[in-house]
Amino acid sequence: MDYRPSRPHTVGRQIASPAPSPVKIIIAGGFGAGKTTFVGTVSEIPPLTTEAALTSASLGIDDTSQVGAKTTTTVAMDFGRITLLDSVILYLFGTPGQDRFWFMWDELVLGAIGAIVLVDTRRLADSFPAVDYFEERDIPFLVAVNRFEGAREYRLDEVRNALDVDPRRPIIFCDARRRESVRQALVALVRHSLDVVTSEEAQRGLPRANTRVD
Amino acid sequence: MSTDPANTPGPVVRPYAMTGGRTRSRYELAIEALVVTTSFGEERAIQLALEQQTIAAMCRQVRSVAEIAAGLRVPLGVARVLVGDMADEGYVRVHQQPDRDEAPDLALLERVLSGLRKL
Ligand SMILES: Nc1nc2c(ncn2[C@@H]2O[C@H](COP(=O)(O)OP(=O)(O)OP(=O)(O)O)[C@@H](O)[C@H]2O)c(=O)[nH]1
Ligand SMILES: [Mg+2]
Repeated sequence: MDYRPSRPHTVGRQIASPAPSPVKIIIAGGFGAGKTTFVGTVSEIPPLTTEAALTSASLGIDDTSQVGAKTTTTVAMDFGRITLLDSVILYLFGTPGQDRFWFMWDELVLGAIGAIVLVDTRRLADSFPAVDYFEERDIPFLVAVNRFEGAREYRLDEVRNALDVDPRRPIIFCDARRRESVRQALVALVRHSLDVVTSEEAQRGLPRANTRVD
Repeated sequence: MSTDPANTPGPVVRPYAMTGGRTRSRYELAIEALVVTTSFGEERAIQLALEQQTIAAMCRQVRSVAEIAAGLRVPLGVARVLVGDMADEGYVRVHQQPDRDEAPDLALLERVLSGLRKL
């Protein structure tokens, strides 16, 4: 929904620079896969945490089995910020690790450029839920394989097979502690999203109207 | 009385007291929606409630709803309501994608890509 303040009291303060545009990328993956590290490595602010308060009603089946009790749970998400050119501000949101908070992602992923699924090869299966989630919703994502010390060396095609992802799905190695590696992962995701949007438009046969408003 | 949990030190204003019990903003503010204080908001800041003064001060530089929530240490839903109310009054301006369900368009993606390449 478009947003318009009811009273435009800003006439005397014309700013030459273009209106700021927020964009976001979701950093997902299993427990301890390096999500917080990834966000912190490129963020221009120390990673922040925001909490969404939820009641058990929205939690669905509660595995703590508190029958009838309406409990409030908070979900914490890490996020960081990168100011890009032309007043484009990119936010990176690290998803909560726990599986049962997926419904949070639905809100979080709305309008996102896409997602990076971090994979710890010692616990490949931990990343299945994230892969399933983004596949099911047709959200552009790539798989970034973290190489932890002591983990057996996997080739990318082995990881691809294990995760059973589409051959067109980008899959890369990534060290979440290294800025250049993280930057490259972000570039690879945005390129992938561009490819996805471009081919969608080609399929529809008409360019998507540029309706951007502040 | 010191054992009464209600007396333990906590936030100056309880989150849901701030928003009069409402937790859902009438506007669909995205978590990444950007908020900037208007000159009107700066003029009136002194008359605003404390938490709104804080928001007005924070958003002299553009900040997201997520950053406001983190800065005020309130849940996202509360930050949304506070910002939505301030936008209604013209104290802040909000920038977000016109359609919250749509991914950014090609032009915006290109800008993101070139920005990341120069990072
Ligand atoms: N070798 C290696 N270690 C990493 C990498 N990324 C993170 N780590 C380490 O792995 C540990 C966990 O990283 P976090 O960033 O906290 O992982 P997380 O996904 O946020 O964890 P949760 O939020 O608990 O699910 C930390 O000790 C990091 O230093 C990486 O790319 N390579
Ligand atoms: Mg973490």
